[in-house]
Amino acid sequence: MSAQLAATATPPVALEVRDIAVHFSGLVAISRMTFAVPEGSIVSLIGPNGAGKTTAFNVITGFLKPTAGKILYHGTDLTRLSPDRIAALGVVRTFQRTSIFGGCSVLSNVLTGMHQRGRTETWGALLRPRWVGDEDARLEAEAAEILDFVGLQNRADEMAGNLAYGEQRLLGIAIALAAAPKLLLLDEPAAGLNPSETEEFIGVVKRIRDRGVTVLLVEHDMKMVMGISDTVVVLNHGRIIAEGTPETIQHDPDVIRAYLGQGVKHAEA
Amino acid sequence: MPEFLQHLANAVILGGTYALLGIGLTLIFGIMRVVNFTHGELYTFGAYMAFMLAGMFGLNFFASLALAATLGMALGALIEFALLRPLKGADIDTTMLVMIGAGIAMQAGEQLMWGGVAKSVPNPFPTEPVVLGPVSVGPIRLFVLAVAVVLLVVFYLLLNRTKLGIAMRATFQDPDTAALMGVNNGLMYTLTFAIGSGLAAVAGALLGPIFVVTPTMGDLVALKAFAIVILGGLGNIPGATIGGFVLALAEEFGAGYLSSGYRDAMGFLLIIAVLLVRPQGLFAAKERIG
Amino acid sequence: MTARLLPWLFVAFMAVLPLWMHDQYILYVLTSTGIFIIAAMSLNLLLGYTGQLSLGHVAFFGIGAYTSALLSLGFDLDLGGAEPFVLDPQPVWIAFLGGILMAAVFGWLIGRLAFRVRGAYFVIVTISFAQVMRMVALNWVDLTEGPMALNNIPPLTVWWPGEGFVPLYSKEHYYLLVLAVGVLSYVIIHRLVQSRVGRALIALRENESLARSVGINVTRYLVIATVVSAGMAGAAGGLYTHYIRIVDPDIFMFIYTVTMVIMVITGGKGTLAGPVVGGLLFGFLPEVLRDVARPEVQWIIYGAVMIVIIFFLPQGIVPAVGKLFSRKKKHPRHDARTPTAPRITEGASS
Repeated sequence: MSAQLAATATPPVALEVRDIAVHFSGLVAISRMTFAVPEGSIVSLIGPNGAGKTTAFNVITGFLKPTAGKILYHGTDLTRLSPDRIAALGVVRTFQRTSIFGGCSVLSNVLTGMHQRGRTETWGALLRPRWVGDEDARLEAEAAEILDFVGLQNRADEMAGNLAYGEQRLLGIAIALAAAPKLLLLDEPAAGLNPSETEEFIGVVKRIRDRGVTVLLVEHDMKMVMGISDTVVVLNHGRIIAEGTPETIQHDPDVIRAYLGQGVKHAEA
Repeated sequence: MPEFLQHLANAVILGGTYALLGIGLTLIFGIMRVVNFTHGELYTFGAYMAFMLAGMFGLNFFASLALAATLGMALGALIEFALLRPLKGADIDTTMLVMIGAGIAMQAGEQLMWGGVAKSVPNPFPTEPVVLGPVSVGPIRLFVLAVAVVLLVVFYLLLNRTKLGIAMRATFQDPDTAALMGVNNGLMYTLTFAIGSGLAAVAGALLGPIFVVTPTMGDLVALKAFAIVILGGLGNIPGATIGGFVLALAEEFGAGYLSSGYRDAMGFLLIIAVLLVRPQGLFAAKERIG
Repeated sequence: MTARLLPWLFVAFMAVLPLWMHDQYILYVLTSTGIFIIAAMSLNLLLGYTGQLSLGHVAFFGIGAYTSALLSLGFDLDLGGAEPFVLDPQPVWIAFLGGILMAAVFGWLIGRLAFRVRGAYFVIVTISFAQVMRMVALNWVDLTEGPMALNNIPPLTVWWPGEGFVPLYSKEHYYLLVLAVGVLSYVIIHRLVQSRVGRALIALRENESLARSVGINVTRYLVIATVVSAGMAGAAGGLYTHYIRIVDPDIFMFIYTVTMVIMVITGGKGTLAGPVVGGLLFGFLPEVLRDVARPEVQWIIYGAVMIVIIFFLPQGIVPAVGKLFSRKKKHPRHDARTPTAPRITEGASS
């Protein structure tokens, strides 16, 4: 059965970005962007600063309404949905700068991320029937597992804002994982990490993919992008200039001219 | 129709003072991101200074006015220097709470100094109203409007035509770049707060002969100034000018044709209504969220 | 462990207080302080946990007070029809619940509004809301008696076996009632903030975008918070009006909101004990100062204390004390942890 599947078809498309355009008061941030993310793969979105990568993330996750075009997630149109509705469908993102709740403990950060897995509402919280306690216990156990997965199990009681920078990035991933993503969007997760931390991070992202989560990545670190992506999409000035496997992208003359020339050298250096 | 014209005239006169109050507050918010809860107290301070100088010391009213404005500016500069400068970089809620604390202390100070009994500033003009067709207006009110208009014009010229104004606007738009261009942002903040405070103080001194002076006179005025600033969009100076006149019109016509008891509620109803339709105020460009 | 017991020890102490403390004046001060503490706790839910600075909180207090007073007194209202609308006096507890409900309804409205207008705009809208309420109370004389105030409001009652509902005229009894409502309010807030709902509220304060991106419907939870908070403030207003048995439009004065805000930030916003500590401090400060300073001087001291606290103890008293304790205690625990802590750095460098 699985052999047959693998032999016959390419995996189904998880996310389809169709002719998306975003204009900010006359300025074109994205013009007609189209690409697809196959289920179970890691797709990277790269491009020089201001190319429209984060804007694309904001559109996909509902923080920004596109001027034109459609975003389809397994056939569901996301363009009119609010961020929390989109998250409920399994599309979860991290943020470039702060992707944690700094004033809460690490454990409660993850528990907050698990919001959709709980059912307790106001009356449940006030009256605390038995099932609420059971739910709390279950969620705490799951939260501990997630912390284990990213390697923060010993920091559960620490204040999130007190963590080291690299740990905060890992916690950001843990919060996103807690929201039970099927499609995970990571916005420059390795920015500011040292090479060894990046190495560890690559491992975490691969393990996430191996759990069956599709990953869409925006990243500047070419070593990371080329090391883990199945597909790379290159943006420049709001439009896609190339799309393909890391190997083809590295040899695409347009890409080299626009952006990668220095990037590859830098990565190889 | 004559009644309508009379209301219109009253509204325009009131609007001038409201605009003075509004631009002072919106200037401070726009440049410093501070919601100034001492604004009403500076207005009260101006009124008491006019009372002290003109009423007690028998100084010429016009000289008292100028002195009250100067003292208001000095007090504003002091507040900025002592309370806001050390809080540089604090969030907007923090500075707001400090300003509330300062406002409480200032009002209690006025109460302590002048007592709760209302004072009045002697009116330097004849009380006989000037009659223009169907409209009659007290000369003092005409004077108030004239001063307000002159101050508004001077303020615009200051902001748009002078080097100081350009530096202030540069700080307003981008403090970091302004600093690189050699603008002393700290000085700009102190000046901004002083000018805003001076405008409030002069408004208080101007209205002293028309209304009575009490320690709590600033409460309602401060809230109205907020309403004006919201109507115009926080930080929007022309917006605040228009907002001042809009509020005055709403109050005057609301009181005239609907219910005089709700006169002071008009501004608040107006801002609630405006914000429901346009959360950024009537004239503000849409701000980026997040 | 002691930290868990501390609140209950405090409650037990406060509960037995009237047994040996017969000074009626002190009981009066404690009762009105308790009422303001309940209001401050309700404000803390918004200000401390969701991070929304509402400066019109006294509106909910006043709405609760007026509604409860009017329902318990009964009223007739000429609505323009042939027959005026007449409401007979209702039992006080029905009136009290009506006050909570009415305040909660307005809380719902403000909560919906809070998401359209943010930051400084929200603050000013809430102030305006309280002002409009004051104007209505002043001007709708048919209903509220305007500045003449509503008088002779019946006191709350308590059911006693064999005697039925007994009005609470004695200071001791009303004090205990306020204490009971206070404990209930504390438990409500405690349970709420330590639940999934509370985590959603705190997430909104800490990082709204991130909260939305993990699927938290922030509008919904902010509305829940404002409804609970407003209802609780309405309850405090009801307690107040049936205690002093008169209510006038001055109940909507800005200075009352400011008092609640001072209590919350002094004690520590976003902490359970903060409003209690801040409330007791500012409930008794005027009494301590009464003999040494005139009211104006008291207010100057209030303003100054507020500024000093924000400058030097921005988190408030409770977190500062907590930090002091945990620093003393934490050292051994921290040492025990050090061997495991570098694991991640090791992993990262391999």
